[in-house]
Amino acid sequence: MTAEKQILINSFPRVTGCDFHPGWVDEIRVNKSAVDRRISSLAGRRSVKKQWQAAWLLKAISCIDLTTLSGDDTPERVKRLCAKARNPVRPDILEALGFAHQNLTTGAVCVYHEMVETAVRALKGSGIPVAAVSTGFPAGLAPLETRLAEIRASVAAGAEEIDIVISRRHVLTADWQALYDEVKSFREACGEAHMKAILATGQLGSLTKVAKASMVCMMAGADFIKTSTGMEGVNATLPVSLVMIRMIREFYQKTGQKVGYKPAGGIGTAKLALQYLVLIKEELGDEWLNPHLFRFGASSLLGDIERQLEHFVTGRYSAANRHPMG
Amino acid sequence: MSIPEIFQTMSYGPASEDSGYVQDWLKKHEDGFKLFINGKWVRPLSSGKFMDSHNPATGDFLAKVSVAGEDDVDAAVKAAAKAFPKWSKLPGHARAKYLYTLARLLQKTSRFMSVLETLDNGKPIRESRDFDVPVAARHFYYHAGWAQIMDQEFPDQVPLGVVGQVIPWNFPLLMMAWKIAPAIAAGNCVVLKPAEYTSLTALYFAELCEEAGLPPGVVNIVTGAGDTGAHMVNHPDIAKIAFTGSTGVGRYIREATAGSGKKLTLELGGKSPFIVFEDADIDGAVEGLVDAIWFNQGQVCCAGSRLLVEEGIADKLIEKVKVRLNKFRLGNPLDKTVDMGAIVDPVQLSRITEMVQKGKEEGAEIWQPDIEYPEKGCFYPPTLITNVSPGNIVVREEIFGPVLCVMTFRTLKEAADLANNTRFGLAASVWSENINRALEVSSQIKAGVVWVNTTNQLDAACGFGGYRESGFGREGGKEGMYEYLKVKGEWTSEKGNLIESPAEQNSVNRDNMIDRTAKNYVGGKQARPDGGNTRIILTHNGKIAGRVGEGNRKDIRNAVEAAFKNPGWSSTTAHARAQVIYYMAENMSYRENEMIMQLTKLAGVSKKAAKAEFDMAISRLFSYAAWADKYDGMVHTPPVQNVALAVNEPIGIMGIICPDVMPLLSFISLVAPVIAMGNRAVVIPSERYPLIATDFYQILETSDLPAGVINIVTGDRDILSEVMAKHDQLDAIWYHGSAAGSKMVERESAANLKRTWVNDGRARDWMSLHGEGRRFLREATQVKNIWLPYGD
Repeated sequence: MTAEKQILINSFPRVTGCDFHPGWVDEIRVNKSAVDRRISSLAGRRSVKKQWQAAWLLKAISCIDLTTLSGDDTPERVKRLCAKARNPVRPDILEALGFAHQNLTTGAVCVYHEMVETAVRALKGSGIPVAAVSTGFPAGLAPLETRLAEIRASVAAGAEEIDIVISRRHVLTADWQALYDEVKSFREACGEAHMKAILATGQLGSLTKVAKASMVCMMAGADFIKTSTGMEGVNATLPVSLVMIRMIREFYQKTGQKVGYKPAGGIGTAKLALQYLVLIKEELGDEWLNPHLFRFGASSLLGDIERQLEHFVTGRYSAANRHPMG
Repeated sequence: MSIPEIFQTMSYGPASEDSGYVQDWLKKHEDGFKLFINGKWVRPLSSGKFMDSHNPATGDFLAKVSVAGEDDVDAAVKAAAKAFPKWSKLPGHARAKYLYTLARLLQKTSRFMSVLETLDNGKPIRESRDFDVPVAARHFYYHAGWAQIMDQEFPDQVPLGVVGQVIPWNFPLLMMAWKIAPAIAAGNCVVLKPAEYTSLTALYFAELCEEAGLPPGVVNIVTGAGDTGAHMVNHPDIAKIAFTGSTGVGRYIREATAGSGKKLTLELGGKSPFIVFEDADIDGAVEGLVDAIWFNQGQVCCAGSRLLVEEGIADKLIEKVKVRLNKFRLGNPLDKTVDMGAIVDPVQLSRITEMVQKGKEEGAEIWQPDIEYPEKGCFYPPTLITNVSPGNIVVREEIFGPVLCVMTFRTLKEAADLANNTRFGLAASVWSENINRALEVSSQIKAGVVWVNTTNQLDAACGFGGYRESGFGREGGKEGMYEYLKVKGEWTSEKGNLIESPAEQNSVNRDNMIDRTAKNYVGGKQARPDGGNTRIILTHNGKIAGRVGEGNRKDIRNAVEAAFKNPGWSSTTAHARAQVIYYMAENMSYRENEMIMQLTKLAGVSKKAAKAEFDMAISRLFSYAAWADKYDGMVHTPPVQNVALAVNEPIGIMGIICPDVMPLLSFISLVAPVIAMGNRAVVIPSERYPLIATDFYQILETSDLPAGVINIVTGDRDILSEVMAKHDQLDAIWYHGSAAGSKMVERESAANLKRTWVNDGRARDWMSLHGEGRRFLREATQVKNIWLPYGD
């Protein structure tokens, strides 16, 4: 299973991007109230209960980029996180769910560059990729050369995924060519590593800007588009997600390339995670419901899912201290 | 299915809402639900009949419901009439407290109510839970507010008495709330008949009325079918009928109540356009369509059933709709994962099936998604129809099912023309990211509600109701309250309204003048009557005063045609209209002596009285010049991020039939508000003293009034009125004649459901405050609510 997973990740078709088409940006129209209405209605249109809920929550776990991005991260802290990534759910619970021996892991572990080597070592043999946030994360205002060098260093250290941040000023000033060029240069620096482009949607001002920035990043070859660093005032939201995944769908229809989606920040409950999965299923389709094309950037989500799973198994409400911390 | 399997497929499972406790309640009533009359549960007096209520999703039996006979309706009306004096005299605050209690009880029982509604009607639990019940509760809250402040806001109004209300099966609880809340807030007492398929939530609501301690007789619920409704419609002690349902039944009610003096509100059918411009958020519009036509299985009077899409994006939009529909979930409405539930009854299901089949035979292409749904139960898949033109039955007729037909347009004008190419005018949805475009097309569409970049939004604060054959009257908003009130002392019976002709004295009263030729006034020109005949006009004492044209049906036709061809007046600015009306007053003032003389000579009134009438007429022109730019609409703030512009729009082409009393003042009092609001008028002046009006032609000609705004045809009042009532291009009629003529006008107006305002043979004191003001302006306008959600 481990080997198989390794092959899957490596063999998943890369996004190559395309030439910059200004027309694809200009034609974008997003109506916020229509987006809001779709989101508020969707929560009532689809509901997942009983064993379906348990299975979907396990799926959510498999899509988590288990994350620590803190100034006080240390190698031991990161190792503990990696241990949690390998065994995200207590074995007895998995047994009760009939899900033992399925090699359930999180989708990745996400850290700063300095922690990449530690994480790669800690995850060796698990098939779990290490993702590094990069390019002067979170503000992205380091010199371009520094940002490119950071990508190369993380890739060299063993990161298989690079989460880059875009220059928000290019979006705010609608300099789409500049954004395209920047992201394309990041993409080249990534080499074989998969690139997730963080838009920092909470700083872009409008849903239309979010949509346009999404489209430009995909044209520039992002494998994933990602909402947030987790450091903005507002991070991932369902309306923003709807706008971004509709752009993914549009880009797929235009180019045949499948871009992944990663909401990050603010997704802390099992219930909310299910709403995200429903949204992906309804707007993009089942094909996107796997870690190749969908990730949660989250640190506390796993804990809530564990408690929900135990509740499903025992009928009793669980407590945090009953689950090994990451 | 095992967890690892689901992990692979990521399929949905069942998520059914528990209905056990609702079934328990039904079981308690397994002997059959009784009628709720005078605060008590009573068996039908003599009908002894029950009807069965079924769950349309499964066909399962739910309950036996009483069929009220004529005697039961009578008992309910008596109970309501008995309760009325005390209820209507309660302080507003006392009524407000009852409405507040009902709102709270609806919230407290919301889950029960929504499950019961879904069992009875077949709509998805999501909708009954998230839409029907909360919007119904909101209606009681909102109207608790009107009860509270009624004395301040409606100081000159009084309630009507007993109100008969007949509601449809598509939103049983919500339509009940829409009917009962404003009626009892205003101080009326109610006899309500739920639809025969869906009586149960109304019966449960009656239990809530008991719990709220509502005085007996204020709300009476009589269940039954069409016959029960007919007894209500024809009951002499009912002061008003409020009906929501099909246009066919609405027309019947209009005919049946003609001449009865009953006030009438009709919320009828629709074939509402859903317009998508190339600059719209297309994905948003696709979901909008889901909310427009696949809401409540398309059984919605304001459903966006005609998709009009700009030609260049038609293929893209249709493809996206198909993709969406292939993900549609159709099935058990108690399941929390369905998009659409069951059609209300097998009768409705076969009606939908037949209409789609007919459309196909007329050349339509039918597309339905390849999705699974239960074989048992009343299910019909979401349906997309292309290759149709405006003549196809599926475009013309209301299907009342989950069926969307698609047509394309090239320009904004063509979109509006196609949108208006229907007998209906209930609602419209407009999708564009350009606010100029959206508001322009909103103003051109003839419909009571226009939703910009949204659809099927309803709120108690925003009046809802149609133009044209979608009915008249509004529910919700301040305008909805007026439907349950009347102006205190509006009509007087002291003076007659008409004046009999005396015997001809065979003498003339010409005053040595050069002969005057009074023709009709049509399209800005004096026009000889089509028939070439004239009629003699006698003075009050039987002397021959002159001749006027003997108008006939063709003169009316020509006058309406002239009004139709000059629509500019309706879109001219209010300021410009005011100027014209002021100028009419100015030009009239030059003719003071002459007009006073004519009044004294013709009508035989004293010079003093004639002067008073003349002065009041001038003042009245000033009043309506003043009102022209002051009868503004409102901006509502419903509880979503939204503003709703309530615009007072002209009705269109209005027929005005003037009384004989005060022939100058009554003519001015009726014509001025109509044109001030931007309508065009076809006027039949006083049959007895038309020379007063014909003298007015020169004033019109010198006052910059555009051609076709006022058209005047002289002749026999009731012959010409009947031609007007039977003219489908006329949108409204104000009739001031006899009781019989009033009845005729109301009856004949049923065919195109034109708005009518008749005097039932009564008279009005034109010199008093009842001779002008908002009362007239309300009758000269209809409210269009334009919903503008915002956000970026």
